[in-house]
Amino acid sequence: MSKELKEFALTDVLDDPVGAKAAGAGVAGAIAGARLSAENVSLGYAGRTVSEALDVRIPDGEFTVIVGPNACGKSTLLRALSRLLEPSTGSVLLDGKSISSYGAKEVARRLGLLPQTSIAPDGITVADLVARGRYPHQKLLRQWSEADEAAVLQALEATNVEGLSGRLVDELSGGQRQRVWVAMVLAQQTPLLLLDEPTTFLDIAHQIELLELFRRLNREGNTLVAVLHDLNHACRYATHLIAMKDGAVVAEGRPADVVTAELVEHVFGLPCMVIDDPVSHTPLVIPLGSGAAA
Amino acid sequence: MRTDLATPVQRAPVINFGRRTVAIRRFGGRVSLRVDVRTLVVTAVLLAAALALAVVALGLGEFSVAVPDVVSALLGQSSGAVNMVVVEWRLPRVLLALLLGAAMGVSGAIFQSLTRNALGSPDVIGFNTGAYTGALVVILLMGGGYFAVSAGALVGGLVTAALVYLFAYKKGIQGFRLIIAGIAVSAMLASVNTFMILKASLEQAMSAAVWGAGSLNKITWEQVLPVVVVFAVLLAVLSLYGRRLGLLEMGDDAARALGVRLEGSRLVLAVVGVALTAMVTAAAGPIAFVSLAAPQLARRLTRSASVGMVPSAAMGAFLLVASDIVAQNLFAPIQLPVGVVTVSIGGCYLVWLLAREVKRQ
Repeated sequence: MSKELKEFALTDVLDDPVGAKAAGAGVAGAIAGARLSAENVSLGYAGRTVSEALDVRIPDGEFTVIVGPNACGKSTLLRALSRLLEPSTGSVLLDGKSISSYGAKEVARRLGLLPQTSIAPDGITVADLVARGRYPHQKLLRQWSEADEAAVLQALEATNVEGLSGRLVDELSGGQRQRVWVAMVLAQQTPLLLLDEPTTFLDIAHQIELLELFRRLNREGNTLVAVLHDLNHACRYATHLIAMKDGAVVAEGRPADVVTAELVEHVFGLPCMVIDDPVSHTPLVIPLGSGAAA
Repeated sequence: MRTDLATPVQRAPVINFGRRTVAIRRFGGRVSLRVDVRTLVVTAVLLAAALALAVVALGLGEFSVAVPDVVSALLGQSSGAVNMVVVEWRLPRVLLALLLGAAMGVSGAIFQSLTRNALGSPDVIGFNTGAYTGALVVILLMGGGYFAVSAGALVGGLVTAALVYLFAYKKGIQGFRLIIAGIAVSAMLASVNTFMILKASLEQAMSAAVWGAGSLNKITWEQVLPVVVVFAVLLAVLSLYGRRLGLLEMGDDAARALGVRLEGSRLVLAVVGVALTAMVTAAAGPIAFVSLAAPQLARRLTRSASVGMVPSAAMGAFLLVASDIVAQNLFAPIQLPVGVVTVSIGGCYLVWLLAREVKRQ
């Protein structure tokens, strides 16, 4: 076990000078450190198999985005990676060890998850909710250390909600509320962040605002994994893209390397054109629909 | 004694929680706590009120004792008749009213938090009716004494709780299913209870009815010690698991993501909640509505997001002591079972609660 850990540490060290984050450097999918991976997992719910013999590595220091049509198994994969779903075969490895061999709080100190649905208790204030993210770091007698306070403050600032900290969560707009939930996950201070459809139900401006926040967090050294619906957002913000169809990974790598008209048609069954995004110079998918206007 | 170690490190909170909170850190950070000032004050006031009422209750009755004499009796400074009445006769009853009230408050807080519903209290989800069934079986078929009836009630309540749990179980427990299953099971058991009472002799039926209302009338020191021991054990377990309640309220995925083991935590909390109710029922019969009302009343006073166990305990103790004073003195020298009073108070509260919920929807 410790040997494996050393190996991971070593690849980390070797990997760093290559500068995975320096855009366009190493070929995506090349051997990189991966603290989190799924090895030969089969996933499903009572009687229904979603994925079989799936292998996925989440490269360290990247912003990985998982895309695919509805019911392709992307959220299921994210649930497995965050231990919400136990694989029927194979295992999810976190830092070289099966994720199910860790204590529940230990996982929560390494890996944060923003689930699709969470319930804010009636009448809770923003800061109170964000402070709950500190639970995995707290103990019976140590329930509000200075580190807790600092982490909450930092999370409030990073998500730009410190001005709202005394407000009730019920009173906030959808965009503000989602930022508060992100702040709660940030307060957990985990090097790995998993986000399950974080931008759904938000208007376009709030979606971009949130994605910009994720990018910043990624550049600050966090490893991010998000399930996103909007392919163009994925292309623009992901540094590593995983495309899934029918429970299997069809393509992965840097968006510029993998997103082609053929791939989109194959994965989504959508005839389209892929052009260069004039702003970010990432692939931009233009659906053909019933054709050009006359 | 003012040393650095003994003085809590209090600083102006940097984070605005929207309410006054104080961070307390001691022993070089090994012990730290964030205290909500309003919750603390409300809890302290409720406790003080409950204790004050307890002192008043010790003085009230056919042989009335003035408050200063009650206090000196409690301090062991009196003897003879006053000591006999206050310490030997009345103190166990008042002490048990405080403890059982607190236990019901905590139990209600646990269930309301687990079910995320203000109606999710042990009396609504069938426990009390089942305990009554168990007690009836013992009273009518075996004619047992206090401890036999308590045991019967315990078994009845626990079996009912297990049944409701099984009916509501579907890949884990969901709050609303639990409430519906509980109401259904208790409706069936209520008809069983009525049937048994109709078949019993008048004398048996009357003693069953008195037990069924929940009463502190015949409490002696003999019954206090078991309650103290059981309560202490359950509170120790709760101190380890209680903080998970707030996290469980945020949804299954969010709670698990924060490192809470769902089913294990839920089961332990539910078992403690049931055990608290079982303890109350075994000692005094099914006293209704305290566990329903105390947590919500405390929550309104503290204006907090979740039902807190500590303020609920203080509120429960206050409610039961107050109800018991009314029960003993309203129609003195006839003593009512305290359950009759809590039902009346609780009934009003329930009507108000339902009306408010309807208005909200």
